[in-house]
Amino acid sequence: MKEVVIQTEKLTKRFGDFIATNEITFDVTKGEIFGFLGANGAGKTTAMRMLCGLSLPSSGKATIAGFDIYKKTEEIKKNIGYMSQKFSLYEDLTVLENIRFFGGIYGLSNAQLKSKSEALVTELGLDKEAKKLVGSLPLGWKQKLSFSVAIIHEPKIVFLDEPTGGVDPLTRRQFWDLIYKASDKGITIFVTTHYMDEAEYCNRICIMVDGKIEALDSPTNLKKVFNTNSMDDVFYQLARGAKRKE
Amino acid sequence: MIQVNNITKVYGKEKTVAVDHVSFSVKEGELFGLIGPDGAGKTSIFRMLTTLLLPDGGSATVNGFDVVKDFRKIRNSVGYMPGKFSLYQDLTIEENINFFATVFNTTVNENYHLIKDIYIQIEPFKKRRAGKLSGGMKQKLALCCALIHKPTVLFLDEPTTGVDPVSRKEFWEMLKRLKAQNITIVVSTPYMDEATLCDRIALIQEGVILSIDTPAAITASYPHELFAVKGDKMSSLLTALNSFSKIKTAYAFGEFAHAAFYAHAISAQEMRDYLKSKSIEMEAYQKIDASIEDCFIGFLKN
Repeated sequence: MKEVVIQTEKLTKRFGDFIATNEITFDVTKGEIFGFLGANGAGKTTAMRMLCGLSLPSSGKATIAGFDIYKKTEEIKKNIGYMSQKFSLYEDLTVLENIRFFGGIYGLSNAQLKSKSEALVTELGLDKEAKKLVGSLPLGWKQKLSFSVAIIHEPKIVFLDEPTGGVDPLTRRQFWDLIYKASDKGITIFVTTHYMDEAEYCNRICIMVDGKIEALDSPTNLKKVFNTNSMDDVFYQLARGAKRKE
Repeated sequence: MIQVNNITKVYGKEKTVAVDHVSFSVKEGELFGLIGPDGAGKTSIFRMLTTLLLPDGGSATVNGFDVVKDFRKIRNSVGYMPGKFSLYQDLTIEENINFFATVFNTTVNENYHLIKDIYIQIEPFKKRRAGKLSGGMKQKLALCCALIHKPTVLFLDEPTTGVDPVSRKEFWEMLKRLKAQNITIVVSTPYMDEATLCDRIALIQEGVILSIDTPAAITASYPHELFAVKGDKMSSLLTALNSFSKIKTAYAFGEFAHAAFYAHAISAQEMRDYLKSKSIEMEAYQKIDASIEDCFIGFLKN
């Protein structure tokens, strides 16, 4: 039995009489790559904000990295990493300065910061760019750097919100190599994407429609159940029925 | 309709070349796609063609008007939907549309037929401020505002970025209907699968055009034999394929790995034996046609 790092039970978030996230129940295990899909407005972002300890649920239960989602939000924040397409790094700081800054915020000591930054820069092949401003790097590199910074404190879980949007096809694949590496190290990956080929790279995917989980299984099983050979079609069959437009 | 000759844009003290001698032309009524990742130069091209940015070299005409000399005429005859939402957030849907119609000396009624299909979807919320709309509704409103003065050319900069697959399909349906009204459309997208919905496309990366043609012609000219391979573990499968001498490149593509052979491919039995020697069980091996994404990766690898 694998260690469960995210566990939710009937987790719900209401805004007035609008139910953004409606009784979602699921478990994610250590090192799993968990894809979180849904149309715009399906409730993904609301769910993710609760799981990150940024927004309190209206009802239901959840533990993240072993911490209660109502009472231990600060502990949750220390044990997760987060990156999105929008929130990247500080463009007017250099690569090294960004690493030191975010590492410092996550509580790394000076000695740790020094060894970590060197290792990270080498691993990403950014030796030449280490002292350049992040703003001058191509988007693909920024995203790879941003991911590495999000896991610099070796969190139990990393949340990735559309990390590869707008990135070229080659860099997109290199980004997934980084995801696999992190997963091999035991970091749980919780990722949203609009690229259906990337859904195939996940161990399991959950598809949300109108605030509820409508499907949760491995890509292979989902395709079997929906009697199709493409994830695009699985998604289309489910999301087409959505009543709620964002 | 649009002629672009060696247009170039350079930014900043470091002389970063965003657009590097780009040339292409778009015919009347054509749906033309600029396909490339962020930072490829798509937005700079759009901003030069819509006269919002001066080129540093080369020339371009839209509707026969020069983008530098005749900028006022171009502004009257084109519609532009920027990638970033740029309408007035504190005006309602209705007020935004009326405002843009008035600025262009027309009325909503006069060109209502152009926006009707799209407008009826947001009409129930016409009293809502634009800033309070969801992403999908903002996008529809922006499209209405770009169309309200009956432009002859419509420039759409990444209209589907960050939009889910179902809404993306709907958006392209809308574009097809606009094209049927003989509006020339230039659209950019980072999604390779949308390329096939255009009449002709330009693949672009780092300010340089890699290829311009119909999507079918681009995929037909893919120079390698391409195979989809499936094995029990993707990462070891890719390593094995990439170290095989007859294979130029292999990369993940959904549940399969795509392998491009230099010349002739090997038989299924040969592949099965090879993968077995690397302790990988082969589950599928079939020749496939290249997609636009395969072609793009092919260009990047060269």
